Amino acid sequence: MTDSAIASPGIDVKPRLSTDDLVMRGFIILVGLWMIVVVLLPLYFMMSKSFQDHDGNFIGLANFITYFSTPALTYSINNSFFVAIVSTLITVTLAFTYAYALTRSRILGKGLFKAVALSPLLAPSLLPAISFVYFFGKQGIINGLLGGQSIYGPIGIIMGEVFYTFPHAMMILIIALSTADARLFEAASSLRASRFRTFVTVTLPGVKYGLISALFVVFTLVITDFGIPKVIGGQFNVLAVDIYKQVIGQQNFEMGAVVSVVLLFPAVVAFIVDRIVQRRQVAQLTSGAMPYDPKPNGLFDALMLLYCALIAFIILAILGMAIYASFVKFWPYNMSLGLSNYDFDVMDGGGWGSFMNSLQMASLTALFGTAIIFTGAYMVEKAKGFGAVRAAVQFLAILPMAVPGMVLGLAYIFFFNHPDNPLNGIYATMTILVIVTITHFYTVSHLTAMTALKQMDPEFEAVSASLKVPFYRTFARVTVPVCLPAILDISIYLFVNAMTTVSAVIFLYSTDTSLASVAAINMDDAGDIAPAAAMCVMILFACASVRLVHGLATAGLRRRTQAWRKR
Amino acid sequence: MKAPRLRPAQQTDSAIAASTREKAPLLNISENIKAPYLRIEHLTKKFGNFTALHDVSLDIAEGEFVCFLGPSGCGKTTLLRAVAGLDIQTRGKVWQGGRDISDLPASMRDFGIVFQSYALFPNLKIYKNIAYGLENKKLPRAQIAARVDELLQLVGLGGQGNKYPAQLSGGQQQRVALTRALATSPGLLLLDEPLSALDAKVRAHLRHEIKDLQRRLNVTTIMVTHDQEEALTMADRIVLINQGIIEQVGTPRQMYRQPQTLFVADFIGAMNQIACLSGGSGRAKIGALTVACRPHALGENLPGVLTIRPEDLIPKAAPRPKADAEPAGNDKTGAASSSGNSIEAIIRDMEFLGSIWRATLASTSLGDDRLQAEFSVNAVQRMDLAPGKSITVELPPDRITIFPGKQIQSDNQIRSDERIHG
Repeated sequence: MTDSAIASPGIDVKPRLSTDDLVMRGFIILVGLWMIVVVLLPLYFMMSKSFQDHDGNFIGLANFITYFSTPALTYSINNSFFVAIVSTLITVTLAFTYAYALTRSRILGKGLFKAVALSPLLAPSLLPAISFVYFFGKQGIINGLLGGQSIYGPIGIIMGEVFYTFPHAMMILIIALSTADARLFEAASSLRASRFRTFVTVTLPGVKYGLISALFVVFTLVITDFGIPKVIGGQFNVLAVDIYKQVIGQQNFEMGAVVSVVLLFPAVVAFIVDRIVQRRQVAQLTSGAMPYDPKPNGLFDALMLLYCALIAFIILAILGMAIYASFVKFWPYNMSLGLSNYDFDVMDGGGWGSFMNSLQMASLTALFGTAIIFTGAYMVEKAKGFGAVRAAVQFLAILPMAVPGMVLGLAYIFFFNHPDNPLNGIYATMTILVIVTITHFYTVSHLTAMTALKQMDPEFEAVSASLKVPFYRTFARVTVPVCLPAILDISIYLFVNAMTTVSAVIFLYSTDTSLASVAAINMDDAGDIAPAAAMCVMILFACASVRLVHGLATAGLRRRTQAWRKR
Repeated sequence: MKAPRLRPAQQTDSAIAASTREKAPLLNISENIKAPYLRIEHLTKKFGNFTALHDVSLDIAEGEFVCFLGPSGCGKTTLLRAVAGLDIQTRGKVWQGGRDISDLPASMRDFGIVFQSYALFPNLKIYKNIAYGLENKKLPRAQIAARVDELLQLVGLGGQGNKYPAQLSGGQQQRVALTRALATSPGLLLLDEPLSALDAKVRAHLRHEIKDLQRRLNVTTIMVTHDQEEALTMADRIVLINQGIIEQVGTPRQMYRQPQTLFVADFIGAMNQIACLSGGSGRAKIGALTVACRPHALGENLPGVLTIRPEDLIPKAAPRPKADAEPAGNDKTGAASSSGNSIEAIIRDMEFLGSIWRATLASTSLGDDRLQAEFSVNAVQRMDLAPGKSITVELPPDRITIFPGKQIQSDNQIRSDERIHG
């Protein structure tokens, strides 16, 4: 043992912070403040508005009482839940079977089937609604199939929502079904379990978290969607459209706020359930698990192939109809093809300027959004100490997922248009559109970034510190290049969603900053359904092109960095 | 009242670290000994309510190779990280090169570190990995290139600078991590279980390499390991840690031959443990047997543990059974008398290990405890030893150590609840 002549005093050591620590903490605080300004404060202002009258005086629950005693308004709650539940059940069943075919059978063309199934993501939500009008509307080509029912109303909404949410459900279920342990299936077969029994006792329990997640994600998407019920809802009122009607139609901002609060409830509940499920979905794969390699089975594979082909055909038909109809000069009287519907400048809705604005907005969203979100995620993940603040910022980053787009848009009106707000200069500019879109799609981007960052060796920063290299050098030279695939994924996600989104921006655009998706809605409102289809096709085209570039860039990137990537 | 802390104005982290390496005034010590390069004083580390390290004090001389050894969760990595400044201690002081670094963050200290996962930057070539710390110092390119080449040659990786880490084997990656840590000539080299991720043969080879390198560069080194063979072969001194406290510090020989606690005796190498009662200095009682042993300060009739290494047991031929001996119950060992440091035993089991035999012995004098012995191949042949045979083993008194307390349940210990059957 050693002799230490001086006994140390009994006071705790107070660690000094390095420059790196200070910079990281400063950045985290900035991100925290940013999130407060773009999420918390607007929501607070909106919720206070629901307790105020036209003049801004506090009137307690009076607005809510008015709301709940107006059957015309409260009936929307039933309607919203009805379409949401029915759509969810249909979508998840269809998507599960599709995902099952892609992961558990030996059919050919899986890559193609997956690409087709993901294509609805590239279109604004009102595109299927427009297609259905052409299929099943008064002058629709196969409207006999509906047996006399009108496409306008719950049928149209449900069909449209199923198309719109199908890719989301499929992606979640593919991941859930892919994490299968081959040994469980071998054990079941050696115990002579029938195919059905294996499905019920091995497959389903293995995907239960994925199923629950898919159910709640789809439910939230449907109940908060605006585009489809606006175009094809007819007299069937849902909550999202009610908000729009109250704010734009009736200029009754307070009632709009009340309906927003009502819409928040199912969204928040679904969000909480999904979070709990995500926590439980800790590595279901134990070490030693073998990946599942399905065996060829003639009849089963044939059925699955037929099923996938059918679904893919329907998806392509819906997209195809919108594209076709956009070229038809005057349906159904002049079926010759031409570009007259693309002459946006002569129509109400914003003209080609809206499309250019959308491209600009989407690019700015992708650029700034990726930078802010990825850097913020890095700071939260890699900073040392500062636990409480990091947890708070992490929470704020997850929060936007619980907020429906319409609610966010409305909240931004109340907050940024407030005369006393020093930031109100950004109202009615491109800036506010970019900010609301980044905020609306913050959570998924943030989680993608966190997943990629957690896969990096946790000691890079420690090595960097021991070599006296400031952390931002290592961030630029190591972290970003290694995470580049994830960064590209985040940027394409932001771009495509910015191009196709309607709900958040419908309240915040101005004549100078009108957007393509909003122009489509407005043209449809004015009865110009073919130009609305044309605008949707332009959006689809832009998204598909950028997606293609992204795919090529990612493949090229992987090839060039093959030398040092583990895979 | 706390003294105000003077923050060096506008000094960069690396400047502060560089000054740590300067020859600072020696610490206040009365002896005529050169001050230790690294001094840890009354270091305590708590994580919430859990105390990982309790009042740890240690001196390490310059150029020394020290191993922190201990079972999983004992606190050895925590201690290393406290020295590095990655997880600064709750209480206590750390001095490096005469300078108090207790509250400095890692970037202000002077060390290089190698982690178990190596943490090599995967997208940078080997050359860039090693040059990483050097490039930050704004040295001329030619100088950096020369240094990197020199280091690559030193570890036998000359000419491999243009490869990526993923293209190298585990052992090669390890060496790159080592050279990256040494490139900036730090005053202290910290290794956190650097060999755990490698397979046995590579590990044995790299042990020599690391030790050679360390000797050549004369860099003070601390290595954390749970493998006692690594510690015994590589370290100048071993620090054995158990549940947050230091059990013993000593050279490998000292740790093996003169363990100061039962934990040390049990952890390092194999050790027989027999429950006994102390019998005055130099004596112990196992049942009816009185055994001479090393001097101890335990007093009389206190419970203790008698320890002796397997290789210290000396085999002697069994005496002929006495004519008038009565079979005692289920006893098969014949003559009941084992006197002093000679024990009559029967061989229960033998394992052939190439150069030695490992034998498990049972004896009535020892009750249910078993003795494990190591016999040379020659001895076994000469005395024709085999399972079931009787044998006398001699326990040299100067090889027996008595510890207070109870036996430790561990893999090292030979315990059996079998009864001796007739």
